[in-house]
Amino acid sequence: MTWSEMEPLLEQACWDTLYMVGWSALIAVVGGLPLGILLVLTDRGGVLQNVVVNKVVGQIVNIGRSMPFIILMVALISFTRLIVGTTIGPEAAIVPLAIGAIPFFARLVETSVREVDGGLVEAVQSMGGSTWTVVRKVLLPEALPSLISSATTTIVALIGYSAMAGTVGAGGLGDLAIRYGYQRFETELMWITVGILAVVISIIQFAGDFAARALSHRGRSSTAAWPWLSRGPKRAEETGPVAKVAEAPEAP
Amino acid sequence: MITTTGLTKVYRSRGREVTALDGVDLHVREGEVYGVVGQSGAGKSTLIRCVNLLERPTSGTVSVAGQDLTALAGRGQRAGSALRKARTGIGMVFQHFNLLSSRTVRDNVELPLEILGVSGKQRTRKALELLDLVGLADKAKAYPAQLSGGQKQRVGIARALAGDPKVLLSDEATSALDPETTRSILQLLRDLNRQLGLTVLLITHEMDVVKSICDSAALMRAGRVVESGTVADLLATPGSELARELFPVGGELPGTDRTVVDVTFQGEAATKPVISQLARTYNIDISILGAAMDTVGGRQVGRMRIELPGPFEENVVPIGFLREQGLQAEVAGAAEAAHLGASDLKLTKEGAK
Repeated sequence: MTWSEMEPLLEQACWDTLYMVGWSALIAVVGGLPLGILLVLTDRGGVLQNVVVNKVVGQIVNIGRSMPFIILMVALISFTRLIVGTTIGPEAAIVPLAIGAIPFFARLVETSVREVDGGLVEAVQSMGGSTWTVVRKVLLPEALPSLISSATTTIVALIGYSAMAGTVGAGGLGDLAIRYGYQRFETELMWITVGILAVVISIIQFAGDFAARALSHRGRSSTAAWPWLSRGPKRAEETGPVAKVAEAPEAP
Repeated sequence: MITTTGLTKVYRSRGREVTALDGVDLHVREGEVYGVVGQSGAGKSTLIRCVNLLERPTSGTVSVAGQDLTALAGRGQRAGSALRKARTGIGMVFQHFNLLSSRTVRDNVELPLEILGVSGKQRTRKALELLDLVGLADKAKAYPAQLSGGQKQRVGIARALAGDPKVLLSDEATSALDPETTRSILQLLRDLNRQLGLTVLLITHEMDVVKSICDSAALMRAGRVVESGTVADLLATPGSELARELFPVGGELPGTDRTVVDVTFQGEAATKPVISQLARTYNIDISILGAAMDTVGGRQVGRMRIELPGPFEENVVPIGFLREQGLQAEVAGAAEAAHLGASDLKLTKEGAK
């Protein structure tokens, strides 16, 4: 295969991946954020302690998390048809991608929000703040750097899931690598695809880490976003909220 | 200003019951600084958190500024709007400051005003005013992580004052600070109490805090208030545990051939040369076993443990002299001394026979 043959294929695949991952990540954040916060609030000792709601939501999230993505995609076919009117193509892949990523992100949100010091919640309650105030003024802003790291992890995981979306004819980089690279022995194309994926994932991870650092004010230094510019020994606090990414659960 | 009656809090977990508060009656008058002292686990923290109902009491009532908060609370765990409104009139300062790390100092102070719905411009003006009051006007744009412990607590105090509260609750506000910073924070609380007529209820395990700023104090043990009253009254109460804790005097308990007396000086009596008068008048030798002097609320107060030769019976007159001079004199371990002393005496007599 020559470059001129590969180029349009790669370009189309890149756009497909971006399209699928972009939309499903957006939906995952919109859906997973409230779910994760709900899990923290309703937990024992939480502001809205409610064991029943907590257990039910927790169980739904667990089932969603433990489902292999390819099975989820097949299982959701009729639901997908209901929502987007088709079961093939990138649009059809967005539905299972988003539904698979919502519980994944929700668990990450739960971990991030749980890290917020309970004393801060108490302080706002003592000022007469409502539960909504607690969420809006304390939990979200305080957990923001960690939430951004969680979103980054989710996006990277979604790029991984999207490789399987080829099964429903959605295209994308992963699909290209399998159909051309593996099934047609176009090794060159496969390696280019792998290279592009590596670069894309690195950029996303770097951007996420950078944003998380820039928004974290826990360290004493105001140049926390540019650790390589700040002199002197690097402080542990600067890397604190970002380091949590490493503990993030595996993608299903 | 703050009154609790029969306040009880029982924690239940896995079938076990822990009584953190056991019928606490507390009365804090308007404009005073009231200190609750006690060891860890005595229930101080639960008590102060019950005052603004961060913790729901199992039974009993709390009223602040004439408003019965327990009635406002309703039955559920969530705070209704009436209780939330009442809380805006009660400031609270925490041991670990509890400042939002994502906000600047100024924005932290503005937070209670945001909750009150004050407009942006007024919020900023008020916040800068308060930062000026606590001496941190130049740190408005800094983040909490860039401040020292004492500065963080000043921000915490400024924040607590933002809603113009009548009452300030202080939950071990100085326990995480070094002695020097503790003094300056206590000074600030004292100044605020005087300037703004703020009623302060503080809990602490440090007797020094009570000594330096409290008008009244209560001692808690195992969920109960064991003693309470104004500091001056407590010091004047014979056998007061708080007085003994405030002014610990060393020394051993008396044997049968000597009498140990705890003397408390207050106000004018503290300046008289009583001990030397005593020695001259009765021609006795006095040993000082321990002593502590301090200024409490601008008054010279002290305690001293002295030893007089001979058993109690021989020293009735000198002790009477001390009492005439307006001092309090208690025979240390008086109750046991009377008991044991008598039987000891009998034994020695029998032995002599």
